[in-house]
Amino acid sequence: MATAQPAAEPALEMVRPRRETTAAWPLVDRLAYLLCWAVGIGLCLVALGIVALMFVKGISELHLKLLVEAPSASLHQTQSGGFSTPIVGTLVVTAIGTLVAVPIAVALAAWLNEYGRPRWLARAVESGVETIAGIPSIVLALFGLLLFARPFFGFLSGSTNNGAVTGQSFLVAGLVMGILAIPLVAATVSEGFQQLPRRLREASFALGKTRTTTTRRVLLPAMRPAIASGTVLGMGRIIGDTAIIWILLGGTLHNTPVGSTPILKTLRGTGSTLTSYVFSNAAGEGNSPQKAYAAAFVLLLIVLGLNALVTRLSGGRSLYTTRWGAKR
Amino acid sequence: MTAPPVRRIALDRHPRVVSPFEQVDGAGNGQGTAAGATAVASPTARRRAARPTTAAAERMRLESVSLAYGERWVVRDVSLPVRQGEVLALIGASGSGKTTLLRSLNRLTEITAGAGRAGRITLDGDEIHEIEVNALRRRVTMVFQQPNPFPMSIFENVAYALREAPIGSGSRPPRRRRLRRSQLEPAVREALRRAGLHEEVGDDLDRPAMALSGGQQQRLCIARALAADPEVLLLDEPCSALDPISTAVIEELIVGLRESVAVVIVTHNLQQAQRVADHVAFMHLGELVEYGTAEQVFDEPRRQRTRDYIGGAFG
Repeated sequence: MATAQPAAEPALEMVRPRRETTAAWPLVDRLAYLLCWAVGIGLCLVALGIVALMFVKGISELHLKLLVEAPSASLHQTQSGGFSTPIVGTLVVTAIGTLVAVPIAVALAAWLNEYGRPRWLARAVESGVETIAGIPSIVLALFGLLLFARPFFGFLSGSTNNGAVTGQSFLVAGLVMGILAIPLVAATVSEGFQQLPRRLREASFALGKTRTTTTRRVLLPAMRPAIASGTVLGMGRIIGDTAIIWILLGGTLHNTPVGSTPILKTLRGTGSTLTSYVFSNAAGEGNSPQKAYAAAFVLLLIVLGLNALVTRLSGGRSLYTTRWGAKR
Repeated sequence: MTAPPVRRIALDRHPRVVSPFEQVDGAGNGQGTAAGATAVASPTARRRAARPTTAAAERMRLESVSLAYGERWVVRDVSLPVRQGEVLALIGASGSGKTTLLRSLNRLTEITAGAGRAGRITLDGDEIHEIEVNALRRRVTMVFQQPNPFPMSIFENVAYALREAPIGSGSRPPRRRRLRRSQLEPAVREALRRAGLHEEVGDDLDRPAMALSGGQQQRLCIARALAADPEVLLLDEPCSALDPISTAVIEELIVGLRESVAVVIVTHNLQQAQRVADHVAFMHLGELVEYGTAEQVFDEPRRQRTRDYIGGAFG
């Protein structure tokens, strides 16, 4: 019977589930468990080590002077300048490569996922893309040199004194970088297409929209985050590649223009990027590991900065995977 | 033909359905009419709000329609009229083929690989397979089980249906230029009004559609489907993902819409069919078992199978 005076609630003794102990496990299980632990922690340490090392080394070697001065050929560290032109080079190559790779990769993924007819052609295209993905970048660079050193492609790069096309320029390097990045971007975008719910397509078809209209007006806008993460991955691939730069950009100390048209003369000319700068300073003729550390640190910062920028431009990474469009 | 898995009901294995195009005379059909049920006022009539009967005009006609996926026939020999001015409900257990039948009306079945068909479906007298498919889907639009607005603004969701009219097959009207917002806005607002959503969202059409509640999203989908001013509106269990209040709002909307558009609704909810439908088609294992007015099907079903289903014996 309930009385007017409410009885004090009896204090409940709360019991929480105890953590499972491994004591009762068979020995093999316990060893395997331990191994998993060790591997996980080990990898974390490696990642942490790289970042920490780059940070410490980079910060201590980095001076504002390095960022604004162009490199110059000198045996003395104090006079060999900074890496302002490699920074520009990195940005230019990345921009060209991304501009080449992303539209092609998105179109490729859209065709493979939304059309894909005839089947045999789709299969062929898929394995073609996979093949490109498997080609080492140095081989791709050689292929680029063979192709773009032909007189036909002379407009993309400069030529030597005897008239032979060099096949080395920002344009050529950017184009081949684009080819390098296509498989990665296409795979990410493809994944995005596959994650779009079927009902989105059906809704559009049920309104009498063609497959093309549906893809262009509904699917691609919904795919923005997937396209963005593909772009980020592709950029990362492009920024980090050294082989293509070394062979197709010349790895020259300065950005050497070709011709006289502004902008185009730089794009047709040779130059260097941070990766080739790091390479030549850490192992090559530059022989200035301190500057290599600083440049590598800047490279890392640029990668992180571009990632953040693209993610922001696309309106957030998890726009679709969680509740698409719930954001305001 | 394989035997149906439901073995309990063997009374009428091969039902002969009275042709829906003939005038159905409920009293004359002795078989299976529950004695005494005709005497009292129909329970179905009591269940729903009083509504004016409207003049029904036939828009679509299904003649001996059979539908297959791969080698399997999932709908067999269905004949039905779809009339403007009334709501037709398709009821039946899961796997009875009612959704497939519904999707065949705007040829949405065709996006599934291996879809096949037999029989005739006409829209205003024209065989629908001879109408250009996108033109057909603008005349026979559909709302799905799950609210599926596009991840865009409310305005864009509705305007999408109005934009970029596809090139027609025969007469080839000139391709329309992309319309400006001011040109689209009256039509968008009108569609939202017809779907009963305008009062709630009219002041800010630029809100993202995904920020709406489930019921609002579904009404937005109805608005989108109405925007192209279709002749037939197909609804595939439109309330199954919604709460009872949203369901009531949408049911009221459906009843109101039947005057301007022929409505076909698939539902698992028998009370819902009772509340909204003028005619009911009961399907079982791909066959049309019974077709009649809502009162007749629910209150005096002619077939044992219908009686069992409505009484909750299976499904």
